[in-house]
Amino acid sequence: MAGRRGRGSRAGVAPRTAEPAAPVSAIQAEREAFRRRQRRRSSVVAGLSTAVFLVACAFAITRAPGWARVREQFFDAEVAVASLPRIWQGLLLNLRVLVVAAVATVLVALTLAALRSLRGPVWFPLRLLATTYTDLFRGVPLIIVLYVVGFGLPGLRLEGVPTSPAVLGTVAIVLCYSAYVAEVFRAGMEAVHPSQRAAARSLGLTHGQSLRLVVLPQAVRKVTPPLLNDFVAMQKDVGLISVLGAVDAVRAAQIESAEAFNFTPYLVAGLLFVLLAIPSARLADWAAGRTARREQAGGLA
Amino acid sequence: MTGGGAGTPVLSCRGVVKRFGPVEVLRGIDLDVAEHQVVTLIGASGSGKSTLLRCVNLLEQVDDGVIMLDGQDITDPRINPDRVRRRIGIVFQSYNLFPHMSVLDNVTLAPRVVGGVPHRDAESRAMALLDRIGLAEKAREFPDRLSGGQQQRAAIVRALANEPRLLLLDEVTSALDPELVGEVLTLIRELKGQGMTILMATHEMGFARQVADRVVFLDGGTVLEEGPPEQVLGDPVHARTRQFLARIIEAGRL
Repeated sequence: MAGRRGRGSRAGVAPRTAEPAAPVSAIQAEREAFRRRQRRRSSVVAGLSTAVFLVACAFAITRAPGWARVREQFFDAEVAVASLPRIWQGLLLNLRVLVVAAVATVLVALTLAALRSLRGPVWFPLRLLATTYTDLFRGVPLIIVLYVVGFGLPGLRLEGVPTSPAVLGTVAIVLCYSAYVAEVFRAGMEAVHPSQRAAARSLGLTHGQSLRLVVLPQAVRKVTPPLLNDFVAMQKDVGLISVLGAVDAVRAAQIESAEAFNFTPYLVAGLLFVLLAIPSARLADWAAGRTARREQAGGLA
Repeated sequence: MTGGGAGTPVLSCRGVVKRFGPVEVLRGIDLDVAEHQVVTLIGASGSGKSTLLRCVNLLEQVDDGVIMLDGQDITDPRINPDRVRRRIGIVFQSYNLFPHMSVLDNVTLAPRVVGGVPHRDAESRAMALLDRIGLAEKAREFPDRLSGGQQQRAAIVRALANEPRLLLLDEVTSALDPELVGEVLTLIRELKGQGMTILMATHEMGFARQVADRVVFLDGGTVLEEGPPEQVLGDPVHARTRQFLARIIEAGRL
């Protein structure tokens, strides 16, 4: 019957679009009206409280005794416009570093996680190596790794070692982030129920095959939201390559600000990084929401 | 036989409609469960049995119609669903025990956190319940270490720990080995003996025939036929019911 009604309404869709899909009882109509009123009330409350908060913040800042000076030093529109082209050029370097570093990090991290998952005494040296690596690079501050790799490595004067600060900075970022991301992958692999591994092995798949074809795909799905979180973190940490002298957005802002005797360029660079992070953050939200929808088939609880 | 028993029924559904997108899963269900009655829902997969149980427990919002618990309209948006759910126990096909808690903690969670029962009292009550179903020595174990039948019995005890007015059972034996089905059905039979009011979706026709006070046959989201088990299962009126039962017999489950 539903099918027949569907076909009928599709045929006459143009003249009767405003009509509700199905007739509703009085009690249901009343319920829906109540829910609409509740929704309207909560959005009014939310809107009001947000407005009050914003007005209070604006008031507190603009009434501060040093506001006039801060506005001049940090919010100079002319300086902002003048510094934008150079900072934009710098940001393009950041973006290139980000893409390379993100891909390299995933590959290194997956390898590390797989090494740590190896069972049996034969693999002890590799397990130890992977464990030491993650312990070391999760412990060392990124800025120290940047200095050691950026100034120490070329200092050796070896053949074939790159000297470009952008490349060396990328290497340092990959070293640090892959240690973190490897642990995220490993957590995801351990969150896959042991029965899945048993099912894969019982089909005759080897350890490596069951890892690659059964465990990892499920693990990656589980850890996509935290991975995207790490990606957002990396997006701003690529700005740290400026300490090696690479002219990225942060370095460009520093140069501009020194020329103009004004801090506004830093704010411009910061704003650009935020704009860069917003799509990734929404992507992370979307991925988390998709996982939730896939795992629970509807329901209110 | 509609209504049945004295006074208002424990559960009463009138014209319940539930849609998922364009699909109308429940198309105006009328159903009563009187106190101390066991009512079984039968019907093919997709006939709306589980959806109806989830609607009664307010896990799904109905799109029309009224569900009354002890005469109170629980589909009214002004009521607090948490308070309603405290009066209803539900057991799922796949047990849904919390894997990170021992069996005992699973059973005492709701009384402790929701009911405010002191830890010691909740545990002694839970131990008494677990003892009665022969799971006392498994109380400190984690659910994954129990057999399916033991897990499902623990899940039923967990649903009972809140002393619900109404127990909803959603195909609680469907995921079990045939030899483990018996222990779960025995427990349900005991609950009926103690006067528990039960609405259960099941494929166990033999059990429905022995234990149910009424059998309700759902088909395409409507109640096609209902009545005492000997009538619905023994001498069904509708061709659809006969067809369904014939298929069940073919599968060797009656």
